[in-house]
Parts: sequence; C-alpha cells; structure tokens
Amino acid sequence: MSDVDKNKGEKKVKKTSIPRTPIPEQSPKERAKNFEEVALGYTRDQALIEASRCLQCKKPKCVAGCPVGIDIPAFIQALADDDPAAAIAKLKETTSFPAVCGRVCPQEDQCEKLCILGRKHEPVAIGRLERYAADREAQNGEGARPEKAPKKGKHVGVVGSGPAGVTAAGELAKMGYGVTIYEALHKPGGVLVYGIPEFRLPKTIVQRECEYVESLGVEIKLDYVIGRTMTIDQMLENGHDAVFLANGAGLPSFLNIPGENFNGVYSANEFLTRANLMKAYRFPDYDTPIKVGKRVAVIGGGNVAMDAARTALRLGAEVHLIYRRSMEELPARKEEVHHAQEEGIEFHLLTNPVRIKGDQDGWVEEIEVIKMELGEPDAGGRRRPIPIEGSETMIPIDTVIVAVGTRANPLLTKSTKGLELNKWGNIVADEHTLQTSKEGVFAGGDIVTGAATVILAMGAGKIAARSIGRYLQGQPLLTPEEEEELKAAAEKAGVAAR
Amino acid sequence: MYKILEKVDYSDDVYMQVIEAPAVAKAAQAGQFIVLRINEEGERIPLTIADFDRDKGTVTIVVQAVGKSTRHLQTLGAGDEIANFIGPLGIPSEIENFGTVVCAGGGVGVAPIYPIARELKKAGNKVISIVAARTRNLLLWEDKMNDVSDEVIVTTDDGSYGRKCLVTEPLKELCETGGVDLIYAIGPGIMMKFCCKTTEPYNVKTLVSLNSIMVDGTGMCGACRVSVGGETRFVCVDGPEFDGHQVNFDELMARQRQYLEQEKIANDLYMECRGDATCLT
Repeated sequence: MSDVDKNKGEKKVKKTSIPRTPIPEQSPKERAKNFEEVALGYTRDQALIEASRCLQCKKPKCVAGCPVGIDIPAFIQALADDDPAAAIAKLKETTSFPAVCGRVCPQEDQCEKLCILGRKHEPVAIGRLERYAADREAQNGEGARPEKAPKKGKHVGVVGSGPAGVTAAGELAKMGYGVTIYEALHKPGGVLVYGIPEFRLPKTIVQRECEYVESLGVEIKLDYVIGRTMTIDQMLENGHDAVFLANGAGLPSFLNIPGENFNGVYSANEFLTRANLMKAYRFPDYDTPIKVGKRVAVIGGGNVAMDAARTALRLGAEVHLIYRRSMEELPARKEEVHHAQEEGIEFHLLTNPVRIKGDQDGWVEEIEVIKMELGEPDAGGRRRPIPIEGSETMIPIDTVIVAVGTRANPLLTKSTKGLELNKWGNIVADEHTLQTSKEGVFAGGDIVTGAATVILAMGAGKIAARSIGRYLQGQPLLTPEEEEELKAAAEKAGVAAR
Repeated sequence: MYKILEKVDYSDDVYMQVIEAPAVAKAAQAGQFIVLRINEEGERIPLTIADFDRDKGTVTIVVQAVGKSTRHLQTLGAGDEIANFIGPLGIPSEIENFGTVVCAGGGVGVAPIYPIARELKKAGNKVISIVAARTRNLLLWEDKMNDVSDEVIVTTDDGSYGRKCLVTEPLKELCETGGVDLIYAIGPGIMMKFCCKTTEPYNVKTLVSLNSIMVDGTGMCGACRVSVGGETRFVCVDGPEFDGHQVNFDELMARQRQYLEQEKIANDLYMECRGDATCLT
C-alpha cells in the first residue's frame, strides 16, 4: 500500500470514527414531573459535528428510506457548511413539517436504517439534524418560503388537518391551486395536537407548521365536520374541483372484555385528547378534567400506549403497562420504550387483561390479567400469544387506559354515496394514485391504511397532491414511465413471491 | 368566533341563547346536537339543538347551569362571542308518519324535543306532548309545544301548575288507552329511565336522546359510550337517539357522575371569583 493510499485510509477512518452525537435530554427524574420536551435538541457545535459525519454518498440509500424522499445528503451538507437557512430550504422542498418529522418519525426504521455508515458504525442522526435545522429557523423568526406557481384557478377541498391533509394542501398550494382544509376540531394539526403529547412534540411547533402552510395561501376552516356540517357531494357542488379525504382513523377500539364501561376506563384517544388538545393536565386553569388516580394500567404496546403511559406518569400516577407479547414484538419505537423505562413505567409483558372489576358505584377497582406464552407465528408473522391457564392474577388499579388501536370512523364514509370501503370500513384508494371509487375524490393516510405513522401519512399527502394536480389538468394520474416502473416492480415482486 | 344574538333567562339557572352559526344552521336537523367551547381555556360541551333557523343562520340552545362552564355561559348575552360552535352532530331523528306519537319532555329536555315534535307534526303524525317540570317556574316552552302538538299535557312534581304528578303518570295512561305508535322521552337520565320502564310493558317503541359526557363529539374519544342491548355504542356517532328499552340507564348515569369531584372544584373556584376576572389569574 502506498503512502497516499494509507493516508486516504486514515482520513476515512477519521470520519467514521466520530461517534454519533447524543442528544441532550432532561433527566428521567426531572422530566417525569413535567410536560416539557424530553429531548432538548442539538447545539450548533453538536449539529456541526454530527453533520460532518455524513459520507455524502453519491448514491444515497437514506433517501430511498424516506417516505417523502427528502434530499438528505444535501440538507446535511448545508448544515455541515453551517448554513441552516439553506438546509431548511432544502427540507421544505419536500416536507411541510420538518420540525415534526425530526421529532416523531421512526428514523431507525427508515432513513437511518439504510445509512451506509450504520453498517459498521452508528448511522448519522438524520432526524436530530432535521429537527435542528427546523428549530434554528423558528428561532430566527422569518422562515424560508418556496416559490409559488402561478394561480391555476381551480380549488381543492381537503378533509382533515393532520399530517396527510396539511402535506397535500401545502403541495397543492405550491402548484398554484386554491386549497381549503376542513378540520372538525377547534385546532389544526389532527393527531399532532390531540394525540402526541407536549413532551414529545410541543404544540407551538405544530401551530407554527400549520401557519407555514397558511402562509402558502391555504385556508384552514376549523369547527367543520365533513359528513355533518357539509357532505362531500356538497363540497364538490360548491366550488371544490377535487376533494382529498385525510380524516384519520378515529374510532378507538376496546378489548371487549367485561367491565370496560366502568368509570375510570379510558380509550387512549380520550385520555390523550383530554391531556393534549384540551390541556387537562393544567386543570383547573383549563376547564377540561382528567382523572388518573394512584395506579394506572395501560393496555397495549404501541407508540400510543407509550404516550398514554408517560402522560399518566407525569400526572402523578404509578403506571403499569400491560402487553400480551414479549419485548421483541412490542411495536413502539425503541426510543419511546427506553424513555418510558427510564421514567419508571413498569412493563408487564406476556400479560393480557381478562376483565375489569368495578366497585358498587361503578368505578374501576381491579384488573384481572393472565400470563401468556408465544406460539406459532400468525398471518402477520408475529408469534401468537396463548394464555397460560390458571395464571390469572388481580392488579389493584384506579384507572385503565386502553391503547389497542383504532378503527375507521364511519361518520364521513356513511354520509357519502359511491365511496367504496373495505370490510373494516377503510376507504379503498388506489395504492399509487390514491384515487377512490368516487369521481374527483382521493383519500390517504390512516382512513385508508388504518393507524400508521405521521410520515407515511405525509407521504400519502404528497402522492395525493400529485394525483390531484394531474386530475385537475386532465392528465393521466400516472405517467407512462411511472406505469412502466410499477409494472417492472410488480413483475419483480411476482418472481420473488414465486 | 360565534356571536350570541339573543339570550333569555327562563329562571335562575335555565336560559336560552340564539347563536349565529350559518354553516351549522344550514345542515341542522331535528334530534342533532352541537358542541361548544366558550374560550381558549374552555371545555367542549355537547348540547342538543333546541331550534334552528336556516334562513337567519342561527341555532338555539337551552341550557341548565349546573357547573362552571354552563354558569359562565349564562353570563354571556347578546353581542358576546364564544370561541367554537361545532355541528350539527349525531344522527338526525327519523321522521315519518308513524301515526300517533307521544313526545314527553322533562325539564330542559322539552327544548330538544320541540324540533322533533314539530317535524313529526309536519310529517302528518298526531302529536301528544307531555311537558313536565319539577315546579312551575322551571316549566319550558309550553306555548311552543302547543303550536306543534294536537294535545299538550302539563305536569309539575309539586302541583304548582298543570297536573300534580310525574311525567310517567300521563304516559302510562296514554299507553293504557292504546293507539300510541311511538314515544319520544327526553330529559334527565332518571326521567328517561322511568319513562322507559313505564312504556316497556305496553311494548310501545320509546326513543330517548342521551346526554353523556363527550370530548370531541365525532367518534374519536369514546367517552360517551353506553351499553345498548348489551353492546357498547357511541352516543355521538351511533346516537344520540336509541331505543330506550335497550339502554342501560344505570351505567349511563354512573358515567355522567365521573367528574363530580372536579366539577365541584371548578365550580367552587368560579363562584368564589364571580364578577372578578382577575381573581384566577
């Protein structure tokens, strides 16, 4: 090996030898008592070091892992050059919600999972850098604004102001369409305001991102329940040339075990809505009450279960999380589980609730649980939990929070003729164009897929905007090249499946 | 913001407000409800629609002040504004010509039954209304019910006006006589429970409009769940009207008491500070 090569090698080692920069956090003891954000964000120096770790791959894998296709190396390069304004401009070419995604995206399963650096070392902290760029912009006040296309004279109605709706609205506004978002609640943001807690995503950030979309010319009408205040047909008759349905999943599922209607049993949706949207954690300064009691059982193992558990903890309760499978199958993000454990949430794994016992006045008293063991994998590939007979025990409890998912809300779909639904009540939309069975109506996000992630909903919002743009121009929803690509991909998948 | 155009106090703690909400009024139908929020710190309160005027773009609510929010709302009058007014929510009443329909309203429950009675009358039904209250000055809308009914029976618990009896007495008599095809009973949980107990032996379908605790009112939270025929239903999206003979009223009433403790804290604080806006800040 020549000296030059040796030097090159050394230089490379240097770049990869920088460890991934940890993000400063509030200590578990401290944060268990407040609703302030857990992760504090990078300082300028930390961001510079972390950004310098990026290999700037010629063919970056990370971008393929991003549901909205952010040009990750480009925005990170801008940060490495200490130019956060250029970084945010790059981000906003593709995402309307960088401050949100930087915080709540499961990067470990997406961009960071594919980072080349992660093969031998730790991946670049892409999410944290995205957050840094967005937060710097917020600190500086004046934000980057992409150029708008000339007005096209057509109007789109968007149902729901969650991640899918707002993303689609932002994209359509940038294309030059008039856009009105109809939101049922009194604040915009959907799950970002009612579902995700303040300590994971401060509400001022959601508000700021919604204001950004408004600054693009999007009108947000609050207190407007599509399906009740106005139907989809009325939207189409009254000045909307196309409609995008992004009203979310909605209806909470329960366990269908005895005692679920006792006082003190909440759906995670209700518990989190009271705490987040209604600010019940500040009762009586805010009027909406919430009851936690001393001991809380949270049923479920997803991100929503973690959010509910950690919220109950911050309201002063001892929290027991009950999940029927093992830690390995637990669907919540690793980071959330880690945070929850650090804060003192007690995990009861391979445990399933059997019934809820109440007192004479109708209040929850105890929850009966049974131990489980894992059997053969089910259709989804996860090992099926099987109850171990005779292992029932009672846990004394004041509050139960059921976080076992949601099902499609029938309010909108029932009031609309000609909209095809699947057997679970979700809207049927073409996977690649998001077109529904109803002329001029597109749908995306949780109402189509069932409960999923913020970023997948945003990805759907982008696809919807593209399809709606083409629909309004009388073009085919997919270009011949896209058709070819899909065909090739389907054939490839078909071969693999065989 | 939504403007209050008119406010009338019917008694110390029962009042009527007409709210300017054109989009809600345009879509409103008998049997539906709204959710309102007074201000930024306010809670979302569900209230059944008492009347609406599509041309004027207004919705009328009748409220009994029982806690902080409803007392606070009572202090607001014509020209004042509230932060949010959402609706119409819930499934509208099914209106057709059933034949003879009895509309029994107890206390402030008379108000939401009024538009239902009006629509039933319009659809060709013979409408017999029972307007009931504890005492004379709590009696509501006898005149309005007269306008939309073929017959009105007035009862007060203390006999200060009309017949001295509970709402269930004339209801039982009407069932005895026969010829009743449908009954609507709207009022406090306990009143609806006993109306349903009264009519059950006669096998006359009895619809009730439930007033459970809600947050969003659009199916999202499940706070309003109630057992109907042994199955859990959501009042906000499956109701608010249900077959009263299938409703578990004891569970409904227990669930309505869920926040008594907090309601008292909020109310006491509010009463202490009444008339002094700076007190709480």
